[in-house]
Amino acid sequence: MNYNADEKGYYGEFGGAFIPEMLYPNVEELRQNYLKLMYEDSFQKEFNQLLKDYVGRPSPLYFAKRLSEKHGCKIYLKREDLNHTGAHKINNTIGQILMAQKLGKTRIIAETGAGQHGVATATVCALMGMECIVYMGEIDIARQAPNVARMKMLGAKVRPAKSGSRTLKDATNEAIRDWINNPVDTHYIIGSAIGPHPYPDMVTRFQSIISEEIKWQLKEHEGRENPDYVVACIGGGSNAAGTYYHFLDQPEVGIIAVEAAGKGVNSGESAATSALGKVGVIHGCKTMLMQTTDGQITEPYSISAGLDYPGVGPMHSHLFKSGRAEFYSATDDEAMAAGLELSQLEGIIPAIETGHAFAIFEHKKFKKDDVVVISLSGRGDKDLNTYIDYFKLA
Amino acid sequence: MSNRITTKLQEDKKLLSIYFTAGYPALNDTVQIIQDLEKNGVDMIEIGLPFSDPLADGPTIQESSTAALKNGMTTEIIFNQLKDIRKTVSIPLIIMGYFNPMLQYGVEAFCKKCQEIGIDGLIMPDLPLDVYKEDYEATFKKYGLINIFLITPQTSDVRIQQIDDASNGFIYMVSSASVTGSKSGFGQEQESYFERIASMNLKNPQIVGFGIKDEETFKQATKTAKGAIIGSAFIKHLTANGTDKTAEFTKLIR
Repeated sequence: MNYNADEKGYYGEFGGAFIPEMLYPNVEELRQNYLKLMYEDSFQKEFNQLLKDYVGRPSPLYFAKRLSEKHGCKIYLKREDLNHTGAHKINNTIGQILMAQKLGKTRIIAETGAGQHGVATATVCALMGMECIVYMGEIDIARQAPNVARMKMLGAKVRPAKSGSRTLKDATNEAIRDWINNPVDTHYIIGSAIGPHPYPDMVTRFQSIISEEIKWQLKEHEGRENPDYVVACIGGGSNAAGTYYHFLDQPEVGIIAVEAAGKGVNSGESAATSALGKVGVIHGCKTMLMQTTDGQITEPYSISAGLDYPGVGPMHSHLFKSGRAEFYSATDDEAMAAGLELSQLEGIIPAIETGHAFAIFEHKKFKKDDVVVISLSGRGDKDLNTYIDYFKLA
Repeated sequence: MSNRITTKLQEDKKLLSIYFTAGYPALNDTVQIIQDLEKNGVDMIEIGLPFSDPLADGPTIQESSTAALKNGMTTEIIFNQLKDIRKTVSIPLIIMGYFNPMLQYGVEAFCKKCQEIGIDGLIMPDLPLDVYKEDYEATFKKYGLINIFLITPQTSDVRIQQIDDASNGFIYMVSSASVTGSKSGFGQEQESYFERIASMNLKNPQIVGFGIKDEETFKQATKTAKGAIIGSAFIKHLTANGTDKTAEFTKLIR
């Protein structure tokens, strides 16, 4: 089976470009050019140079000895938290800002949930001297104050999304409306593996550097390129897409996705799309989606602002539906406990999003010799206030 | 029976079409609003099916959609409200909404219901041309529904030709690069866009929407086009004046 996008952007039955005509010229321009541009030698050279000198890649693949002892398997951490700006998000924004330049765009817009993608976008806009507007849900602005400040300091304008649940999905709506209103000079840097084709495929390819590095790094550590499992948390699914990419066609590698169950999958306050969703259309693509029987999109909940998206990227819907990936979900409490455990066993404070991936050990027992690579997608500095409140650290 | 949209387009006049969100201001205002619009000389009506995430709409229609959903509006309720509409209303009726609610209802079941009620056409902005042609055109046609596509000032001539070929009613000409309800007045840019489209001699007439709110903008829009659609301005009128002052609104247009 093929797990990548076909020419029209479909992963099995999922994907495509369900966009109003107002967006067609921009999306079509991108569709026609993205592969050609991104694999030009000069593009690759500039992209890789920036990833090395500016982002600090390759990010280490670290053998987590104490965590491994605790959970009875061999655990490696892919340290995306050590990237410049503190998460995997910058891999994609570097790629897309170069793409925007090649397309002659001068103004950048983005949506953000936790603020990591907003910060990564504001960062590359500062780097390239481009105007930057970031849409962010009003609620997320309140709970991710440090990232809002970072974006402002980097010169970006942060515009609150005040409609709906006032979180990531609504910020995405606002960014799309901005693009409709500014169809000529603007490029929309989508931060997750969602949106109309070619976004899911383009974002996945820019993030695929994660699994590309895992392969040669694991070879150095273990003498083999393929782990037994790769594990990632999933909101829209960009870090997961990049972590899985080079293993999708390697059947011996188990693919594990951990969604946010919020207060429990059936609590009514959850973001566990694979368990609660059905096929629908959101933000320009057909994918698994949390919705009412009437087709109204449900407002998701998670303690982590980066995971409370009511859908998953179309690639992940296909991985779920085809059975290629195992899907689990972790509650707020499980993710927070896993974050604390990682902090105290390995000296690494993860983002709460990332904490969900580490909660896998609550749900799955690995064998002693299993090599398990977990994508440590982001660091926890931005979540300190939430950690302080939750663990009463103050 | 020929489609009411087709018949209406043959009339020798500029057409005034009004959009409103079903379920707004109150859940059960739908039928009265439609009847009043017809009584006051409106030529065609777009009944908005509210959606939680209307990404092509500005604040006015977003807010009316949110309010309609809070009032309890669903696809099933709209169909129930409209089931006897053809006993009292004869002008063309179009359902305008986003694709996901239609998909969840079932595209065929949705189209069948529309035919039973006497709906003449559909506008689904996020159902793109290629998906429509491949997957749904046959179903729309089976139930006698005209699908209406949008074009914008950025749409290429080649694409406009493709849309013209796939259309069998009218083309919804979005007046400017914007979401609904956001621009005030038309400038030189719109004029030249209107003229460019007029000079293409398309087989389908065009009806202009987005940014029309009064007599002046209606006249500008219909100089070359067959008609114009008013949405946000009418919803603002409903918000400010309630449902029983429709005549005051339509008088301001023509």
